[in-house]
Amino acid sequence: MNLTWIVLFLILAPFVGGLICGLDRIVTARMQRRVGPPILQPFFDIIKLFQKERLRINGIQGFCVLSYLVLILVTGAIFFSGGDLLLVVFALMLAHVFLVLAGETANSSYSHIGAQRELLQVMSVEPMLILYAVAFYIVSGSFTVATIIEHGILGISYIWLLPGVFLGIAYIFTIKLRKSPFDLSTSHHGHQELVKGITTEMSGPTLGMYEIAHLYEVIIILGMIGIFFAGNPLLGLCVLVLLYFLEVFVDCSTARVKWQLMVQSSWLVIGLIAFVNILALSVFG
Amino acid sequence: MMSYITKSPWIIHYDASSCNGCDIEVLACLTPLYDVERFGIINTGNPKHADILLITGSVNEQNKEVVQNIYSQMAEPKIVVAIGICASSGGIFRECYNVMGGVDKVIPVDVYVPGCAARPESIIDGVVKGLAILAERQSALKAGKSMARDVRQTAKAENIDESEVGLQ
Repeated sequence: MNLTWIVLFLILAPFVGGLICGLDRIVTARMQRRVGPPILQPFFDIIKLFQKERLRINGIQGFCVLSYLVLILVTGAIFFSGGDLLLVVFALMLAHVFLVLAGETANSSYSHIGAQRELLQVMSVEPMLILYAVAFYIVSGSFTVATIIEHGILGISYIWLLPGVFLGIAYIFTIKLRKSPFDLSTSHHGHQELVKGITTEMSGPTLGMYEIAHLYEVIIILGMIGIFFAGNPLLGLCVLVLLYFLEVFVDCSTARVKWQLMVQSSWLVIGLIAFVNILALSVFG
Repeated sequence: MMSYITKSPWIIHYDASSCNGCDIEVLACLTPLYDVERFGIINTGNPKHADILLITGSVNEQNKEVVQNIYSQMAEPKIVVAIGICASSGGIFRECYNVMGGVDKVIPVDVYVPGCAARPESIIDGVVKGLAILAERQSALKAGKSMARDVRQTAKAENIDESEVGLQ
């Protein structure tokens, strides 16, 4: 059973993630009164990147990006096989440490700025992810995803008990999707102060690996939000679609903020909404 | 196996010494009216991600190294599209003391887009013409041939001819 889920995740996640990103680009284009690319565009981009010449800027960057991809796969495999939530959080962080290293190895100031900003993004996200694991432990008595889902199906309504934690995760979802206003470490649009941030020095197959890792990561985060609705998958699906639509809307209507605002606001949301939610649970629960 | 590079050509735009007329038209291609993202075209602003180099304006003595640097940082297969008459031949600035002439004096150019300023329609047309060359180079790269290099050498040879004929 566990192995089946791992295999399903490894095979299906990039396809589903690619379709989601393709839809994302079309919806974004429609919001800007454009037609937008075909829905399969993310796949065309990635295949093209693997067909391009391999430019090696040094001996280590490719290894770091590959490690990032592999650790994202490990994170997803742990999560979707019903493993330990804490392990998921730490493996995800380790993956991003390798991404930061990949940015730092390059001899380019844009890449360095991107890597430093990626660290700031990890700093903004990580407290929320740990609180997320703690919150599920308090409610269900287990860090194991399989047990958490079982309890959800048996009747614990996580979304009613943990609305603050849900809002906190929804807030950091923007950072994880690398969308405006929190697209600090890499930008989707050219001609900016950042060039392409952490991916500036990646090209061809290396950039392709990074893109694939991003598709997997989107699916992992969607899955992490999805278990709030373990008892009611249909409602969960509707909320995920609505949340993603809101993300695209926010992306289209905001500009990139300074790093101070990103760190302060995400910690404020985590401290005021998610932490108070957990505090209230342990006092009244 | 088909070449996906024609379905996802990413561009980088460089203003060599343009009056900004052609630059505005290049950016117009990205606006909702023309929306080149329909063809998967993205303005990356980063040579390491780009497949097509769009250059506007003539090349001068000060930025010729910049142009060469951008070109050499792009991964194969790649093409260069010279946008507007200045990028194609130097235009009205060709006699200036610091102007070298068109972009092809410095790097090999694959497609010349005429106009002053070039219309967005002709810019898109030029890029689409370039896609055929890009696909050709992709299959050459795959076949392990150094076809791109041959094409570049031919272009270089043509440049030398041009100056010998006395165009400069």
